[in-house]
Amino acid sequence: MAKIIVITSGKGGVGKTTSAAAIGTGLAQQGHKTVIIDFDVGLRNLDLIMDCERRVVYDFVNVIEKDATLNQALIKDKRVENLFILPASQTKDKDALTLEGVERILAELSESFDFILCDSPAGIEQGAYLALYFADAAVIVTNPEVSSVRDSDRIIGLLQSKSRRAEKGEAPVEEHLLLTRYNPERVENGEMLSIEDVKDILAIPLLGVIPESESVLAASNKGIPVILNDDSNAGKAYADAVSRFLGEEVKHRFIEPEKKSLLRRVFGR
Amino acid sequence: MNVSIFNYFRSRDKGSASIAKERLQIVVAHERKQRNQPDFIPQLKRDILDVIAKYVQVDQEDISVSLDKSDNCSILELNVTLPSA
Ligand SMILES: Nc1ncnc2c1ncn2[C@@H]1O[C@H](COP(=O)(O)OP(=O)(O)O)[C@@H](O)[C@H]1O
Ligand SMILES: [Mg+2]
Repeated sequence: MAKIIVITSGKGGVGKTTSAAAIGTGLAQQGHKTVIIDFDVGLRNLDLIMDCERRVVYDFVNVIEKDATLNQALIKDKRVENLFILPASQTKDKDALTLEGVERILAELSESFDFILCDSPAGIEQGAYLALYFADAAVIVTNPEVSSVRDSDRIIGLLQSKSRRAEKGEAPVEEHLLLTRYNPERVENGEMLSIEDVKDILAIPLLGVIPESESVLAASNKGIPVILNDDSNAGKAYADAVSRFLGEEVKHRFIEPEKKSLLRRVFGR
Repeated sequence: MNVSIFNYFRSRDKGSASIAKERLQIVVAHERKQRNQPDFIPQLKRDILDVIAKYVQVDQEDISVSLDKSDNCSILELNVTLPSA
């Protein structure tokens, strides 16, 4: 039986796809057979972030509509053992995903995978709803910024009332806050919401804090999930978050401003 | 002179992040309350507003409607603030 994890946020552009790629890769690196499903129908992007865009033959909707089998559509990652990607369809038909179809595919994947990651589209429409409906756990990706925090709270509300677990009266969906694009300098200057501020408002457990980092753009340019970059603070923060998800206790890093050396302070860099 | 230096440090300490937090706490609390309300409350509120507006001038924000559930009954609470004149 696989554990189904939705990577969600409400708001767009906060780092869901970046996080799905990093966390999925991290789970596979730790030996868990993992598949990442792109739910963003019409706006496929996970393939680019994972550098498999030229290997897409069939997609999620083809499998739902039985034009292809799962085995034909799953793309095996070339770098990391145990890692697979199921790309989104580029169809304009927003209703191509159905509840029954998604349920059938998840059940089939469940038989052979340990973790199924659902990379949610933005918004609270059908695609986002289907991505979270079957979840056992949710990673709520949030930026320290007013609209992102408010949208995350709405998504938490949906998880608590509209998910399968909520409807069936089962144990609630596990909630994990992932604070991304965090800038400790700006927090210290009082310009950006702090970790404590966001935790106070959303009141869910903190899985990790990913610093704002140039290495994330470089990683997506190259199609290498940032967690594979050992020199990147964002990559290390994602690796810590994966370990925490698997139950390890790991201290949070990169949450204090970097101490500038005297020389750098004098020359302003 | 002293006062302006004092203000400088105060304004830093009360940066825009603390304003953001206060605003978020208010809007999120409000939205959570609405989330747990039955779907008919917004329409009920509009209907009540229409009826009252036949007699006095009131705005949407002068009316609050909420439903509180206890063990064996529900209480519909209606508050209307009328203009003083
Ligand atoms: N920690 C980070 N530091 C810097 N840029 C980031 C970070 N996380 C995400 N980004 C950038 O933000 C943009 C949106 O990220 P993406 O993962 O596509 O968001 P979403 O899937 O939520 O729409 C991308 O350009 C990405 O490179
Ligand atoms: Mg995305």
